[in-house]
Amino acid sequence: MGITVRNVSKRFGEFVALDEVSLEIPNGSLTALLGPSGSGKSTLLRVIAGLEEPDAGEVVISGEDKTRTPPQRRGVGFVFQHYAAFKHMTVWENVAFGLEIRKRPKEQIRKRVGELLELVQLAGFAHRYPAQLSGGQRQRMALARALAIEPEVLLLDEPFGALDATVRKELRSWLRRLHEEMPVTTVLVTHDQEEAMEVANEIVVMNHARVEQVGTPEEIYESPASEFVMSFVGPVTRMRDALIRPHDVEILLDGDDSTVPAAVDGVLHLGFEVRVHLRLSGGEDLWAQIPRRTARELDLKPGDRVHVRASRSRTFA
Amino acid sequence: MSGGMLGRGVAITYLSLVVLIPLAAVAWASGEGGPGEFWSAVTTPEALSALRLTFGAALAVVAINAAMGTLIAWVLVRDSFRGRGLVNSIIDLPFALPTIVASLTLLVLYGPGSPVGIDVAYSPVAVVVALLFVTLPFVVRAVQPVLMELDTDMEEAAASLGAGRFTIFRRIILPNLAPAIFSGAGLSFARSIGEFGAVVLVTGNIPFETQVASVYIFGRIEGGDIPAAAAVSVVLLAFSLLALVGMNVLQGRWLRHEG
Repeated sequence: MGITVRNVSKRFGEFVALDEVSLEIPNGSLTALLGPSGSGKSTLLRVIAGLEEPDAGEVVISGEDKTRTPPQRRGVGFVFQHYAAFKHMTVWENVAFGLEIRKRPKEQIRKRVGELLELVQLAGFAHRYPAQLSGGQRQRMALARALAIEPEVLLLDEPFGALDATVRKELRSWLRRLHEEMPVTTVLVTHDQEEAMEVANEIVVMNHARVEQVGTPEEIYESPASEFVMSFVGPVTRMRDALIRPHDVEILLDGDDSTVPAAVDGVLHLGFEVRVHLRLSGGEDLWAQIPRRTARELDLKPGDRVHVRASRSRTFA
Repeated sequence: MSGGMLGRGVAITYLSLVVLIPLAAVAWASGEGGPGEFWSAVTTPEALSALRLTFGAALAVVAINAAMGTLIAWVLVRDSFRGRGLVNSIIDLPFALPTIVASLTLLVLYGPGSPVGIDVAYSPVAVVVALLFVTLPFVVRAVQPVLMELDTDMEEAAASLGAGRFTIFRRIILPNLAPAIFSGAGLSFARSIGEFGAVVLVTGNIPFETQVASVYIFGRIEGGDIPAAAAVSVVLLAFSLLALVGMNVLQGRWLRHEG
């Protein structure tokens, strides 16, 4: 069943945040809404949650039209970028909040909150206040709080955006594992293509209030539907009229019909990869990403004359 | 660290000259005749009646301010309407206006010959009205910045967890505003029990009816009974201090949860 978004539009004054967006999110999937800031991805998430009312279009969750349903009755768990922790409540009270609202029996609340704190590895922190937790712990608490109400869909708005790089990486793989154990339909908003690829099994690329492409991480990377998608989801360089991934630029010492002569501008050693800056005979710049071993064999130095070939490139109209 | 020492020395000397020594002098004057005399000075029927009216009115003012001040702050922060800026600047008027002018204004408006047909002058109600006027800004100005800082994410999170508007207000917003409301209420209380200018004209100062403690003190001084004036002053002082200390303790407790 999942989530269906049909022709949803939303404006804020003159600014068009969503322009007739339609989308199918399959049941049990982990989908990333990926796009630059202002692309409409957060607005779309908030429309699904009922925190924003669309000007037109409809939102269907698990087969029910929820377009006019207030957030309270959507059965949606929402996690905010800045945690939205209830500062005046302990971790335990935060997680129990949704269950208390639903007037669940005390014993049941106690059991469920205990399980959730165990699940998010905060069992020892039940009586702390949010201010006494690290960012990563606060976000795990927020996740437990959202999961407590057994939501039909879990919505995460840039959930790792406020965390430092190490914690972010940890939480990504943790979220992935959590989703495997508990496959509730999950939608994650991010502007970080690496995060989208690492966490999601489906990616929705958005730009200028529209959906550019929907696909698996591999499809998005290998067969981008537009120049925007290609350059947003990975590094690109340009060779004549074609866009090319730098790791698809081959450097050869001897030329043939399929190659173009070029001069080496600079060589950067970045650990496992080597970045070679090149200048084509026409004066255009491009760069190539080559494995360490190939670099050693070629033994490139600035000023060397070489030949390049695009093993895969794409041209967009 | 000598600069720190110097700064501390100047601060303490200044505080002593301006606040502590005068307060000590009042306490000293009240105790000159011994505890027995102090007690009889504050328990004369007239003094007791004045104190009772003062504290009763102050508590009423605190309750009304806590509710209305929060409401006004809410409207000023969360609503947008034409003239909001104007309303916002009117809030501070009671602070800027000389209190005797306030008293006169209230007398003209709510006294005999009132143009709006409300005559509460020379009654205990007048005391409350006058005090409400001068203490209006305290709660509003304490709550306003807290409300502006309050993260609306919290309210949205509560909504997505199933909380209705009333529950969100009671369980999320109010607990976060409580320290500010208490702080504003404590200041209104302290200000109310000592207010003189705003009440002196509009209440008529009728002993046993509308005479508040500050006016009673003024009367004793005019009559040359300094120990009696000082004794009642010390009672007011003690309660003001209690309100302020209580406020600080509560705030300290709340602040422990903040990050």
